[in-house]
Amino acid sequence: MLKNFKQSILVSLWFVFLTFPLLAVRVNTMDQVVVWRWMNMLWVAIGAFVLSYLWRYMLARQQVRKQVADEGGETRSKTQLLLEDMSFRYKAMGVILLAALVFPLVFDTYQSTIMISALIYVVLGLGLNITVGLAGLLDLGFVAFFGVGAYTYALLNHHFDLGFWITLPIGGILGCLFGVILGFPILRLRGDYLAIVTLGFGMIFKVVMENWDALSFGPSGIANIDKPSFFGMDLSLADSTIYIYYIMIAMVIFTILVTTRLRNSRIGRAWIAMREDEIACVAMGIDIARTKLSAYALGAFWAGMVGVLFASKTTFINPASFTFMESAIILSIVVLGGMGSILGVILGAFLLILLPEYMRAFSEYRMLAFGAAMVLMMIFRPQGIISNLRQTYKYKGSKEKINNG
Amino acid sequence: MEYFLQLFFGGLTRGSIYALIALGYTMVYGIIQLINFAHGEIYMIGAFVALIVAGVCTIYGLSGVSILILAGVIAIIYSCAYGYTLEKVAYRPLRGAPRLSPLISAIGMSIFLQNYVLLAQTPDFLPFPRLIPDFDFMEPVAHIIGSPELVILITTVVTMILLTLLIKKTRVGKAMRATQQDMNMARLVGVNVDRIISLTFIIGSALAAIGGVLVASYIGQVNFYIGFLAGVKAFTAAVLGGIGSIPGAVLGGLVLGWAESFAAGYISSDYEDVFTFGLLVLILILRPAGILGKSHKQKV
Amino acid sequence: MAENKHKLLEVKGLTMDFGGLRAVDSVTLEVYEGDIAALIGPNGAGKTTFFNCITGIYNPSKGDILLHPKGLKTRRLNGLKPNKVTEMGLARTFQNIRLFPDMTVLENVMIGRHCRTNSGIFKAIIRSKSVRDEEQQIVESSYHLLEKVGLADFANEFSKNLPYGAQRRLEIARAMATDPFLLLLDEPAAGMNPQETSDLEQLICKISAEEQIAILLIEHDMKLVMNISDPIYVMEYGKKIAEGSPEEIKDNPKVVEAYLGEETE
Repeated sequence: MLKNFKQSILVSLWFVFLTFPLLAVRVNTMDQVVVWRWMNMLWVAIGAFVLSYLWRYMLARQQVRKQVADEGGETRSKTQLLLEDMSFRYKAMGVILLAALVFPLVFDTYQSTIMISALIYVVLGLGLNITVGLAGLLDLGFVAFFGVGAYTYALLNHHFDLGFWITLPIGGILGCLFGVILGFPILRLRGDYLAIVTLGFGMIFKVVMENWDALSFGPSGIANIDKPSFFGMDLSLADSTIYIYYIMIAMVIFTILVTTRLRNSRIGRAWIAMREDEIACVAMGIDIARTKLSAYALGAFWAGMVGVLFASKTTFINPASFTFMESAIILSIVVLGGMGSILGVILGAFLLILLPEYMRAFSEYRMLAFGAAMVLMMIFRPQGIISNLRQTYKYKGSKEKINNG
Repeated sequence: MEYFLQLFFGGLTRGSIYALIALGYTMVYGIIQLINFAHGEIYMIGAFVALIVAGVCTIYGLSGVSILILAGVIAIIYSCAYGYTLEKVAYRPLRGAPRLSPLISAIGMSIFLQNYVLLAQTPDFLPFPRLIPDFDFMEPVAHIIGSPELVILITTVVTMILLTLLIKKTRVGKAMRATQQDMNMARLVGVNVDRIISLTFIIGSALAAIGGVLVASYIGQVNFYIGFLAGVKAFTAAVLGGIGSIPGAVLGGLVLGWAESFAAGYISSDYEDVFTFGLLVLILILRPAGILGKSHKQKV
Repeated sequence: MAENKHKLLEVKGLTMDFGGLRAVDSVTLEVYEGDIAALIGPNGAGKTTFFNCITGIYNPSKGDILLHPKGLKTRRLNGLKPNKVTEMGLARTFQNIRLFPDMTVLENVMIGRHCRTNSGIFKAIIRSKSVRDEEQQIVESSYHLLEKVGLADFANEFSKNLPYGAQRRLEIARAMATDPFLLLLDEPAAGMNPQETSDLEQLICKISAEEQIAILLIEHDMKLVMNISDPIYVMEYGKKIAEGSPEEIKDNPKVVEAYLGEETE
């Protein structure tokens, strides 16, 4: 007891020392004054003291859980068990779908717009989930594929007046293509090199878009991009938002459907196996190069496609929308939601996009919180909010089969 | 010819800074096989702390070289403290976890530290005082290489020599090399592996802080974002030279510095970063182990 | 007696260098149809490296690895990727178990079916009847294999939760799912208790007899090796020092020396 107290005091003092120059001092070189912010130190002291208790508690709890798992005990939570119940899942899906469909009719345009961004991130998250969550290939330049899609639509629309619906698949396919182009040179790389090269790729994309004026119109971007047309009719802003909202809902459903099928297929299993153990995977006769490429291409496909929608929603794009921070946000959605878990990623996207939106007061702390959350999740809950559900199969002689037949 | 020399020394200066930061990556990677994404942030924090110390000192009436030394020392102390805490909080609990976990934790920590500085201080660029004076004896060659460049080069060389001595000659250095070779074996022969890992982070952070202070007073401004790009480039340098290899990091830093300097000088400065990453991808494809690295057979 | 049996695997003068270290030194070995061959030797003799060369994880420095599938033409395995080797009909297990921990036991085996099935991405998305049939067939055959190795009851458990011995058996089932005609087992009995070892012994014999799969195993458990293997190859310091039937090996002075030398340390 006393030992814990002493330790927490030490931690608290340590963090006061650590944060002192940055949090307590602010130098104003213009007016030649130093602003001392002593109150900050008090907050750090109290915060660090409390958190160190929490930290120890959480570590201890995790230890206990690990022990239970080692002894073969039940480690699945009640929610997980509930989610594995198919009839519950169908019911829940029905309710959510209904709520999603009436949403824009109940709420105003502003709310719909926010919801559209959240849905865009759902699709982005599900796309990245294929690459990172299922196949285990860390991609830090994912936003580049999103940018490829957005620029595809913006440019085709600007130069050739091509419409939204034609460009939608083109954006997806181009995203795919870039995924393959990026994938080829880095097939042989190990996980952590991959991360840095993809990060570089994302940066290259932005630099090229900023400087290749002839192609991309540089930092000033492309404006007046057409919104999706609705049988040639001109829609008011409100109607057009609702329309885009429904397109987005359809796209999310499509994405969920396809990614779920992919995950539960022969290809999806190969992805997961590759993530779990590459050497064992290749020894089982799986072509690693092809499996990696397909994971890159299919992840990028969604980013490219939703990029088209993004351009048509904002009607203006420039390179500033495609920074590393965006990649980081998409990655945190996947990590926090639960790598590999489709439901988790959807939940993660809503949480991470809507929460800062509705808690404006804290929105400047958004990235700080994301960063901290990524660290904490890895330490205390690596499986994410909702861990990947266990897949069960029916086979001859199993109970399910007897019940059904 | 003069232009060439300018670019040459510009590249050399830049490269030695990359090398200082790259050493931190390489040492950490050598020991725990982790890309410490937050290492660039440690460098940024070093520069920031130096800026604050220098600012406070100036206002309270100190001047000249005493500020440089004070700011440098405090920056190093703080960078070390941050590096040590970083390892303890974000990486140590993840030892033995799947490879992706510490990497994601590192990225999270990088984002966290960036935004911490942004919120604690300011999102804007802050002017960094010119701590390095212009030497008179540099006058004749000042159009090719200035005094700050000279100071950076000398500091880097001295730091490298000290580091090499530390690793080659001391007991601690021996323990570090042993841990790098085989962590379990080192533990068996009585090396306190946790302490060695902490120490590696501390040394790496000190080098980054030195780089941070030098760069900041050379370029003349800092903000919360400088660490990220510098970090990525230094990592590129480490990979270029062969990750895990200390001379490799130095060589990689210099090669990268020159490549960038000449590419920007003779081709286009807009695409500077593209060259960097183009080089990285090329190296990784042609020679994944880097210039001086040894390829390791994975144990099955 | 080996004269009229079909030769499946022929390794000639296999050498593997790591820098200056010669881990495997011109080893020659043959496995015939129906064999349960064993490769034994003290720790560090180069047995696992030998396996890694055959299965494509390493590319050997010298020598030939020839596979003679029945009714098909001979293939040289040197330099082939591991997945190609597996496709040729040569599967393996690992010394330090390499399962897919976060996949279920059944899914682990289903992965083995990957190279014998062929639904691609588009088929997976459309999920037509033929794909569903193929999936069901993968499930059934995998489940069947689990029954064979006695793990059917654990089909839906995560493989990381299995006890040690069961994990080893799962690795065998997973390797068998690739339809091999030759199975390489790298220390299948390591870490097993006597009961588990004797179960394993039966399992290996059963696979050999019922499935017509030839087996080459690395093993330290001499009792197991002497009970089931013929022929036995002995390696020391990268070189093959002896080969023959269990009786011949037992009395071979070189082998005795190699092992006694190791025991006295």
